[in-house]
Amino acid sequence: MTYQILIVDDSKLARMAVIKALNALHPDWTRVEATNAEEALALAKQSPPDIALVDFNMPGRDGLALAGDFRALNPDMPVAVISANLQQEVVAQASEAGASFLPKPLTQDALEGFLASAVERLKAAGK
Amino acid sequence: MSGALGDLDELELDALTELVNIGVSKAALSLREMVKEQVILSVPELRLLSRNEAIGILSGQEGGRLVAVHQVFEGDINGRVLLIFPETKSLELVRAVTGGELPLEDIIELEQEALAETGNIILNGCLATIANQLQRTLKMSLPEILRGEGPEFFELEPPPESGHVVMFLYINFAMQKRDIKGYIVMLMDLPSLAALKGLLADYIHRTTGEPTLGHDAAS
Repeated sequence: MTYQILIVDDSKLARMAVIKALNALHPDWTRVEATNAEEALALAKQSPPDIALVDFNMPGRDGLALAGDFRALNPDMPVAVISANLQQEVVAQASEAGASFLPKPLTQDALEGFLASAVERLKAAGK
Repeated sequence: MSGALGDLDELELDALTELVNIGVSKAALSLREMVKEQVILSVPELRLLSRNEAIGILSGQEGGRLVAVHQVFEGDINGRVLLIFPETKSLELVRAVTGGELPLEDIIELEQEALAETGNIILNGCLATIANQLQRTLKMSLPEILRGEGPEFFELEPPPESGHVVMFLYINFAMQKRDIKGYIVMLMDLPSLAALKGLLADYIHRTTGEPTLGHDAAS
């Protein structure tokens, strides 16, 4: 089973780092990239992703707000907020938005753990 | 001028901005432990400027007077780093860091120490993260508080041997319901900028698996 994953980060380098890890973990999955929340939402409405990886710290609407938007759009979509900001308030806000929290710099191991649980969740939802 | 100094390409500037943001996020976590409340720190923009351009931006500030926390760094890259706020905001910053409940005379007395401590956390957070991610070591001096209108910060002794490059970062700082905008200024000489460029190319190669143009990233 292959999935479509949406990667949202204003940093090209950060998106490239995620894609490098995805190439190792799930080379057959479709990747879609967005550089900000507005672009991500437009893409998600046009072609709904199965999974989203969202940077916390972006110009305009931040990753937590975007995770909330995704949840409203599709409550079954696994979303991870990625940030170097490990303050408990940020981690708690990610959880309140229904998202997982992954520390930055993102490691392949951390991404693998999130994607494994995301796939389980999608399968349980019949996707 | 940034074009002439355009020795860092778009991806290298992106990588540096990302590293600085990771650094200030770590600093925010340290400050959070200090103030027991969420601290928001972000660096939305990083630019390479000439000295005069940087002075022009700082001189356009409200009130004119500025306060800076200054530290010198040494290693593969040598230079100075300054965290700069309008002087009118420095007591706000101290109030935020000390919890906002102290009388004004205590805040004034604590200002120097609190600024040095806060600046040290933010600047060390940035530079230590950059150094760690670039797999290098940087030695930092103790923080020193400077006051002035801008140009003085670029004329500190000893002068650079081969020209200055100014890396200018806008920093947003919010805690205890106070929003404070400031700047981080890194001053490096040209050999340090060249060393930084090489280290960033290696970092990009490690992070993305792709070599950057014009570099032997594996070197």
